[in-house]
Amino acid sequence: MSGAGFLELDRVATGYGATQVMKDIDLSIGSGEFVALLGSSGCGKTTLLRVLAGFVAPTSGHVRVRQKDVTTLPPDKRGMALVFQSYALWPHMTVAQNIGYGLKLKGMGSAEIGSRVSAMQSMLGLDGLGDRKPGALSGGQRQRVALGRALVIDPQILLLDEPLSNLDARIRLTVRHELRALQQRLGITAVHVTHDREEAMVMADRIVILDAGRIAQQGRPEEVFNRPATSFVAAFMGAENLLHLQVAVDGSDVVITPGQAQAAGRVPLFGRSLVSGAVEARFRPEAARLYPLHAMPEAGPGLSLVGEVLSVTYPGGAWRHVVRLGDRDVLADAPRAHAAGETVNVFVPHEALFLFNRPANAAGSSISGPESRKAFA
Amino acid sequence: MGAFRPSLSVLWWVPRGIIFGLMAFFIFGPLFNMLLWTVTEKWYFPHALPLEYGFSAWKRVFEPRGGALESLGNSLVVAVLTVAVSLALAVPAGYALARLKLPLRSLILLAFLIPQAFPNLTVYVNVARIFYEIGLNGTIAGVVLVHVSHGLVYAVWIATAAFSAIDVELEQAARSIGAGAFRAFRDITLPLAAPGLLASAIFVFLESLDEFTGSYFVGAPDVNMLPLLLYTAGSGGNYQVASITALLLLVPSLIFMLIVERFLKADVLSRVGR
Repeated sequence: MSGAGFLELDRVATGYGATQVMKDIDLSIGSGEFVALLGSSGCGKTTLLRVLAGFVAPTSGHVRVRQKDVTTLPPDKRGMALVFQSYALWPHMTVAQNIGYGLKLKGMGSAEIGSRVSAMQSMLGLDGLGDRKPGALSGGQRQRVALGRALVIDPQILLLDEPLSNLDARIRLTVRHELRALQQRLGITAVHVTHDREEAMVMADRIVILDAGRIAQQGRPEEVFNRPATSFVAAFMGAENLLHLQVAVDGSDVVITPGQAQAAGRVPLFGRSLVSGAVEARFRPEAARLYPLHAMPEAGPGLSLVGEVLSVTYPGGAWRHVVRLGDRDVLADAPRAHAAGETVNVFVPHEALFLFNRPANAAGSSISGPESRKAFA
Repeated sequence: MGAFRPSLSVLWWVPRGIIFGLMAFFIFGPLFNMLLWTVTEKWYFPHALPLEYGFSAWKRVFEPRGGALESLGNSLVVAVLTVAVSLALAVPAGYALARLKLPLRSLILLAFLIPQAFPNLTVYVNVARIFYEIGLNGTIAGVVLVHVSHGLVYAVWIATAAFSAIDVELEQAARSIGAGAFRAFRDITLPLAAPGLLASAIFVFLESLDEFTGSYFVGAPDVNMLPLLLYTAGSGGNYQVASITALLLLVPSLIFMLIVERFLKADVLSRVGR
């Protein structure tokens, strides 16, 4: 994306009273870029959006637009438009009045407003609804009115606060693509807050993952997905399966110490910054391969495990197995079902295996809270 | 059995009918009595109904000498001014209170109740003394001030409820697309709060219309109000004049009650005093 540093957050921190919500957020967003702020509820992503919009004053740090400090500017002077999760449409105004209000504020003539509003309505598929009140619209229509109201003023920056979370699952899938196409066509810089991993992956140029008020990782969707920087990010991006291993770093290889469930193995270090000792291993259910015992073909470096199938379900696409590996259960997908009770080999290829040194004090299981599980589902 | 049942359910209407009848009598009996008195020429004790009907009392009341028109005019002017002053105070106060955080907020709301917490007579006698010293006694402005202190609790409480029923995000949505704070208030918050504010205006209007004690101590004898006229006529045994005055007081109340009922929605009512 061109013009990096179009919108900048410089060591922004916020808090309510004594509790700090965000600490030292540094973020630089380019012009025309679509950035998704991804995180579980309460991680501070909505607060961060409100700092950008000017509704929450940061306790320290600066927000800059085109190198101009806007930290203390009121919301109406920032050239940003916020689309609310609740849509916040004005119930006493019609659809056309809702969309046209921003233009009216600019002192535009009513004829000009009328033509722009109807152009916006047809762009968003709201033709013929101009005289309705928001109360008489469906959820999807309301969402588009809220979007139209923000877009019609040609904002430099569009801020989206989980705008799709109140839509039906099916509508949501199409609106994702519509919204992305619209953003690209108009060349607007967009910051999108969501807790939906897939939504962020599909829509954004860059994903910023927030964890407990800090940026855990940022990067292109495929980077964040395939090279998670922390155990939290890995779990949030779907690698819910967690194993505790002992490894030794040997030159450019990682040597896995055999244990209760895992066989000895050797995987390339592959740019990971690991030190010898206890590690957390994470992998996605769909990355694992399942074989009947002793029927595993030779398949490059990776992690081999032995376990017993506890149950098997069919969520669609592949059979999902719960496999007991020593004292832990993991999920693993396979194209054919293995019966419960069967002893199987589980193989995780090294490129799908995420290894992280365990923090000395924290237990690994605390990372995989219910929130991240929800995001995965 | 089949024939017995309907007769039982019919029987049930007897106690119900008696209760409803009694209730109706207690509510509408005095009203009907008042209406009769307004068109009575002659009516004394052993007779259940007036002996002669006529409108001479109306003529007497509305004669310039009768003072009813003057009192009505005074009452309306005071009521309108009271509403104007109360709303001018209650709109900003209610808005601020609606957006404030809690503990402080309920304390301030409670403070508006203080004028009601003490016996009216005690308060107004002293108010009258103070107003006398600063020349406000016997003026419209003085009476308006007394009525405002009395009506402000309704105005502020209802206005606060009306404003807190409005989602802050509606305002923020306007701010974020370029409306200044005042513009957002004028275009979004105020129209949405209007029904609640109208209701509070009506309450204040009605309170002002039949407020007696303050009007008596601060207003009389220079500023005569309808309730004073009613009191004088009633205590003088002139029931015709008293009833006509009462009717003049009653009509706006009834009309406004209907309007209030239409405009005060549940979401506003549920927030009163919170």
